[in-house]
Amino acid sequence: MTFRARHLLGIEPLHPVEITTLLDLADSYVDLNRGSAKHSDALAGLTQINMFFENSTRTQASFELAGKRLGADVMNMAMQASSIKKGETLIDTALTLNAMHPDLLVVRHPHSGAVDLLAQKVNCAVLNAGDGRHEHPTQALLDALTIRRAKGRLHRLNIAICGDIAHSRVARSNILLLHKMENRIRLVGPPTLVPSAFGELGCEVYGDMREGIEGCDVVMMLRLQKERMDGGFIPSEREYYHRFGLDAEKLSFAKDDAIVMHPGPMNRGVEIDGVIADDINRSVIQEQVEMGVAVRMAAMDLLARNLRGEGA
Amino acid sequence: MFTLFENAQIIDPDRDAPFAGCVLTRGDVIAEVSQGPLAAPEGTDRVDCAGHFLAPGIVDIGVKIGEPGERHKESFRTAGAAAAAGGVTTVITRADTTPPVDTPEALEFVIRRAAETMDVRLHPMAALTKARAGKEMTEIGFLADAGAVAFSDGDAVCTNTKVLSRALTYARSLDALVIAHPQEQGLSAGAAATSGKFATLKGLAGVSPLAERMGLERDIALVELTGASYHADQITTAAALPVLRRARDNGLDVTAGTSIHHLTLNALDVGEYRTFFKVKPPLRDEDDRRAIVDALSEGVIDIISSMHTPQDEESKRLPFEEAASGAVGLETLLPAALRLYHAGGVSLNILFRAMSLRPAQRLGLPGGQMQAGAPADLILFDAHAPFVLDRFTLRSKSKNTPFDGQRLQGKVRGTWVGGENVFTA
Repeated sequence: MTFRARHLLGIEPLHPVEITTLLDLADSYVDLNRGSAKHSDALAGLTQINMFFENSTRTQASFELAGKRLGADVMNMAMQASSIKKGETLIDTALTLNAMHPDLLVVRHPHSGAVDLLAQKVNCAVLNAGDGRHEHPTQALLDALTIRRAKGRLHRLNIAICGDIAHSRVARSNILLLHKMENRIRLVGPPTLVPSAFGELGCEVYGDMREGIEGCDVVMMLRLQKERMDGGFIPSEREYYHRFGLDAEKLSFAKDDAIVMHPGPMNRGVEIDGVIADDINRSVIQEQVEMGVAVRMAAMDLLARNLRGEGA
Repeated sequence: MFTLFENAQIIDPDRDAPFAGCVLTRGDVIAEVSQGPLAAPEGTDRVDCAGHFLAPGIVDIGVKIGEPGERHKESFRTAGAAAAAGGVTTVITRADTTPPVDTPEALEFVIRRAAETMDVRLHPMAALTKARAGKEMTEIGFLADAGAVAFSDGDAVCTNTKVLSRALTYARSLDALVIAHPQEQGLSAGAAATSGKFATLKGLAGVSPLAERMGLERDIALVELTGASYHADQITTAAALPVLRRARDNGLDVTAGTSIHHLTLNALDVGEYRTFFKVKPPLRDEDDRRAIVDALSEGVIDIISSMHTPQDEESKRLPFEEAASGAVGLETLLPAALRLYHAGGVSLNILFRAMSLRPAQRLGLPGGQMQAGAPADLILFDAHAPFVLDRFTLRSKSKNTPFDGQRLQGKVRGTWVGGENVFTA
């Protein structure tokens, strides 16, 4: 078993072997979570602090549950309501927390690179739960696990990532991970939401949804992040849905057994047709949520082993 | 009264290469420059240059000093010490202080404080518009009379074209030089990096390098309209160079500068969100950097500045997009510029043309020359002395240099301003 990282700040620094190690461990936690006694003591005695500088329900709940199932003492801090309003800097917040001797710090922050900065200042292991539009590594890992379980492999797949890629940390982490595992990645969306620089990063860029998802094994939809738009990226929601919303007609261009993914929360009728999202034969969206808990358990378990010096 | 600098390699920016010789100063001016030995009068002080380079002191356009308003970041005293140690004998200050230098009274404060505390020369720039807000022009006439050498709102772009056109017209009637920051604000607002692969990977909001060309195109059209004297503070992209060439070919009074950071660093140096590398405009791709170095050698870029911008630790120890822009540069301008010389591309004479002669000429100041009658503003430096920069050894109050921990070559051995020795290593 190989997983040497001290923090989980992004997919970029991970080696494919580390990714596989983490996914293998996560598989075993899926079994644990499906059993009746959903408990292990892998993190017993350790303190996990979830620090969310940006609103989150799903990711925070997933991390909290993951920590609790592994026996950690979990504390949630909603940072928007707290010291930021009083003018405390990120580093002071970090040092304050550091003095409480946490072992695992889960951080989400609205600015790219903020979690890296924080990781330089604390002694514990830091997990990036999303920083600005930079990375969201556990989301990419849970997507990878979902794909691997649905498709039986995580390489040589045609994967289309569709929608608001410009503002998406989920897209960046997924692109990095799926490239490391040697897949073919297509990015689909209007050019205002798919910057051309992604083309230089080894992705194929499509401005037409049908062409983009033709023959794909995986169709990954992204949320249209309305709150991030400072105006004018698309003419209207209805035109966007007409051209880039995933419905049965467009999905018919993908492979017959293609799976549909979405990191949530969904805007039904904006980027995805509710019927497709609920189609248990195609949609793995609920499975993604389930894999999220398992992947986060695996990530925290591995980091905690390295913390104790038990890592391989 | 007399000082003889012997055994020097003399850099005369009007020539193409350094030559061995000596320089005699009388009082505050250069009396004679000679390729052979010089007969000095009785009682002359002698400085043995030990074969090192003797050059006209650097004239640095665009230095930010924290006074008034942010003295915790830099004072006239600390900036003066840093300048002397860096071989900068004339500091041209920016008006983007708090409050901005937009009245004759504020300008007077700057000149008085500088005279009280600095050993190097200081000439202030004044704001072009009141509060640098781009709405109404400042008292350009009064400010010029009070000693403003140029008019600039710093990195605040005057987006109201009518206001800028009137200010340029008015400045022209007084032969005042306007220095602008060419940038299309509609594109650059909110950006922390140059758009491209790196910004995309790091998830940073980027600005297209073309925003600089668009800003420059507009400004040049206004110069054509008004006939004003115009200097672009920092040209950092290849795409802007043809615009510059065309303006020159059309006979417009247009010059351009660039910053030492854009000449020696590129966008990838930001690495893991290192905020000391956050400058404005943001660092560019390597292709752009090389194009700017070439443009410097060709003389399309006239002037190199440090764009000295002191920022305290608090304003830099933040997530990249929230952190303040700018880097200190007074003490690192020369060794960083020497990187271009050691890398083989740019001669010492070209460097000193861009750091000493051209800036002085552009502002109508007498410095920057190695000739009889010119001010005795001289620096003696060892171009080869290697060192690793420790930012805490800098004399500036703020230590925000991107060169911390880097290997540099070139140390100032002595600095003279008006014949007075103001720094000795």
